[in-house]
Amino acid sequence: MSATLNASTLLAVPLAPLVGSALAGIFGTRFGGNWIGRKLTHSLTILGVLVAFILSAITLKDVIAGARFNETLYTWMVVGGLKMEVGFMVDGLTAMMMCVVTFVSLMVHLYTIGYMEEDEGYNRFFAYISLFTFSMLMLVMSNNLLQLFFGWEAVGLVSYLLIGFWFNKPTAIFANMKAFLVNRVGDFGFILGIGLIAAYAGTLNYTEIFAKADELGGIAFPGMDWQLITVVCICLFIGAMGKSAQFPLHVWLPDSMEGPTPISALIHAATMVTAGIFMVARMSPLFELSDTALNFIMVIGSITALFMGFLGIIQNDIKRVVAYSTLSQLGYMTVALGASAYSVAVFHLMTHAFFKALLFLGAGSVIMGMHHNQDIRWMGGVRKYMPITWITSLLGSLALIGTPFFSGFYSKDSIIEAVHESHLAAAGFANFAVLAGVFVTAFYSFRMYFLVFHGKERYDQNPDAHHDDHGHGDHGHDHEPHESPWVVTVPLLLLAIPSVVIGYMTIEPMLYGEFFKDAIFVSDQHHVMHELAAAFHGPVAMALHAVSTAPFWLALAGVVVAWYMYLINPAVPAFFARVLRPLVVILENKYFMDWINENILARGARMLGTGLWKGGDRALIDGLIVNGSWKVVGWVSSVVRWFQSGYLYHYALVMILGILVLMTYFVWMAK
Amino acid sequence: MDIQSGFFYLFSAVLLFSAFRVVTARNPVHAVLFLMLAFSQASGLWFLLNAEFLAITLVLVYLGAVMVLFLFVVMMLDINVDTLRAGFWKHFPLAATLGAVVAFEMAAVLMSGFRLSQAPQITADAAQVSNAQALGVLLYTEYLMPVQIAAAILLVAMIAAIALTLRERKDSKAIDPSIQVRVKARDRLEVVKLAATQPAPAPAVPAENAEEKK
Amino acid sequence: MMSVTLGHYLSIGAMLFALAVVGIFLNRKNLIVLLMAIELMLLAVNINFVAFSRYLGDMHGQVFVFFILTVAAAESAIGLAILVLLFRNKNSIDVQDLNSLKG
Repeated sequence: MSATLNASTLLAVPLAPLVGSALAGIFGTRFGGNWIGRKLTHSLTILGVLVAFILSAITLKDVIAGARFNETLYTWMVVGGLKMEVGFMVDGLTAMMMCVVTFVSLMVHLYTIGYMEEDEGYNRFFAYISLFTFSMLMLVMSNNLLQLFFGWEAVGLVSYLLIGFWFNKPTAIFANMKAFLVNRVGDFGFILGIGLIAAYAGTLNYTEIFAKADELGGIAFPGMDWQLITVVCICLFIGAMGKSAQFPLHVWLPDSMEGPTPISALIHAATMVTAGIFMVARMSPLFELSDTALNFIMVIGSITALFMGFLGIIQNDIKRVVAYSTLSQLGYMTVALGASAYSVAVFHLMTHAFFKALLFLGAGSVIMGMHHNQDIRWMGGVRKYMPITWITSLLGSLALIGTPFFSGFYSKDSIIEAVHESHLAAAGFANFAVLAGVFVTAFYSFRMYFLVFHGKERYDQNPDAHHDDHGHGDHGHDHEPHESPWVVTVPLLLLAIPSVVIGYMTIEPMLYGEFFKDAIFVSDQHHVMHELAAAFHGPVAMALHAVSTAPFWLALAGVVVAWYMYLINPAVPAFFARVLRPLVVILENKYFMDWINENILARGARMLGTGLWKGGDRALIDGLIVNGSWKVVGWVSSVVRWFQSGYLYHYALVMILGILVLMTYFVWMAK
Repeated sequence: MDIQSGFFYLFSAVLLFSAFRVVTARNPVHAVLFLMLAFSQASGLWFLLNAEFLAITLVLVYLGAVMVLFLFVVMMLDINVDTLRAGFWKHFPLAATLGAVVAFEMAAVLMSGFRLSQAPQITADAAQVSNAQALGVLLYTEYLMPVQIAAAILLVAMIAAIALTLRERKDSKAIDPSIQVRVKARDRLEVVKLAATQPAPAPAVPAENAEEKK
Repeated sequence: MMSVTLGHYLSIGAMLFALAVVGIFLNRKNLIVLLMAIELMLLAVNINFVAFSRYLGDMHGQVFVFFILTVAAAESAIGLAILVLLFRNKNSIDVQDLNSLKG
């Protein structure tokens, strides 16, 4: 059979960033005495992630050559028959994820040197992002659900820490709690799913679960007329909904933009939010058994893809535009999962990781250049001052909208075709959603692009401009941007390369080749991939053929409309905003989801808590049961005390009455 | 009706009447005397039941000792009867009800519980031994141990009664030996420090007078 | 009239016992009468025992009476001793003065 990968190499991949994180986190912060300075901190952590990346690349090479790894390294507990293990399963899916995670993480680490230069928490930030890399690697390399869940929770924790990095900002604290709590809702479903699997399959190990998949598919859920596998898959997907920000658990992601831009790139674009997609792809043998679950996935994905795109149109914060774009693209990946095109979804995951990270880092570069102004209404004409940022952002945007030959085109169009070929009940709506989404995506991406990089310079029109000193001592005109240092632009360039070429290079082996053969399982009744394969004639042909398909023209239309509305005739957006005022209000309030969450759900939960505290805890338990019991005892004893009068005749009377009672008992009752 | 039944009814009537008077007599001495009467009637009843030993024992022990003791105590204590009888007639209806209930229940037990094939009759004694002899046989064989215990009970009761009520004579000069033995030297003797010599006091005027008188 | 049966004696005992209970209830403040009523109760029980013993031909009943007499004597002796002591200390036998054990 194929060769086995080296366990030590694989172990070094997650542990190198962990060591870097520990050293930076302990000795680089006040906790450990501030022993190591900034240079040493960033060097150590970058070294850790670099080692991880190199080893991941080597692993990928070996996996392409056919090597695999599926072993448990350490069993840390056995409860009943359930084993809790630490192990790795490395196949095509894992190797690809490892490379993506370590590469993007390395880029972000490098970028942070420039972005967080003036920040006090520099060392702490590096510790956190290395810790995140460790957690994400443990998640993707795991061979059992428990380790996956460990990684899942750990990335959630680090995301919380990083969103609230500037912990003195109240909005940041609100955002990080929101992210954690919404994730928790998803995790609740996830745990139910894991629990059901543990209960019915008796194991948490992937290989053992998949071996029992057919058997699990035949069990009915007790007490309902649903299939067990449907309930399991929906519960697992709820976890994915939380982590990958699908509707309605998407509300945390826009707020997570309160964190520094490097983490928006790392966590909320490329890696953590893709954990849900990864998990569903990994669990494909289970999901294939339930059409209901696949329909559900498709519906949720379509809603997210389309409606989040609409929200991107009216955002004025540069990071928010990219955030809603991320949400919409995650919706696309989810739709592909629902259409049983798991490899397509994962392919889009990879390409999206690159160009979305690029877009976020580019936005961060612009923010740095604009002296921390993030509002695109007060930008414009930045291309003259920040050429590298401009070119790379343009490449990223072109990849995002699906320009032929760019990587985004291959993945997105494959999704659209896959949905088109799917025969599930939800496929009709999904088809409409992904096609409409192409127009919307192109529109908001290029709206942002034109408003930032082209047009008139509007820097001095900013009503909120702050004139405090930034420590950039030497700029002559303080409102004009300047290009960022090399530590920021080099990652942009390095990310631009795969954003352009990786789709072209890898579409054939990934989608139609053997790369995911043993990682992803598609059942015969879902023949989407077969039909796609039949229609595929190579990447060049696909790109040339695109001119005759709808998505190309929709994307082009989006670009043209954006060009017209924001460059040629800026009065048009204002006109539409006036005419479509109710629509704009709904969009500005994010479909009132936040209002519902804060005023109904959160307030309801607080009221429930207060009610239970006052009613249940204070009144019932403290008042009635605890205090009540001693009061009852006191009352009873005050009554019984009357018997202890000290008077003999009372005692004699009681004795006589007692005799009477006894006699009555024996005469009447004990007959 | 024969003599025995007649005596039975006589004794019973007097017994019940005197019992009633015991509980309702105003003067406690009267109450004790009526109690004595009640016991004597009971003794008579026991004679009718051929339990002559027990009947005589009742007279000797109870009438002769216990009732006399009661009399002693009643006469010795200066009892204020009025306060004691306060509320007597107020509670009488309830008490009567109580008594009636008790009696009724006992009767119910009697009527319902003893369904013997025939009412027990007095059987002729098989051995025609006297009551004392019959009792003696049992007491000295089967109930030997209980007799000893009963004796011990009586001894304890006697000692307890004496120990409770014994008062010491106030004019007794007897000494408790244990106290005598525990005396220490410093209870009897106190050593005081005095200087061996003292300066002579200054001669007073009377001394001169004394010399002049010589 | 009818001949005297066991039932007659038992009813005598019952009535005597009832009278004694009434006596306790009525004279609960007077310790001496209380003690006397207790003696009456014991007497009633004794009569029952002797009657049963005679009619059922079993001598064990009379032996029991023997012991009851013994114990009753001991008990009345000690009871009266306590009464005397009480009187010495309180100068009355009013039970309403005896409430030191009030709970």
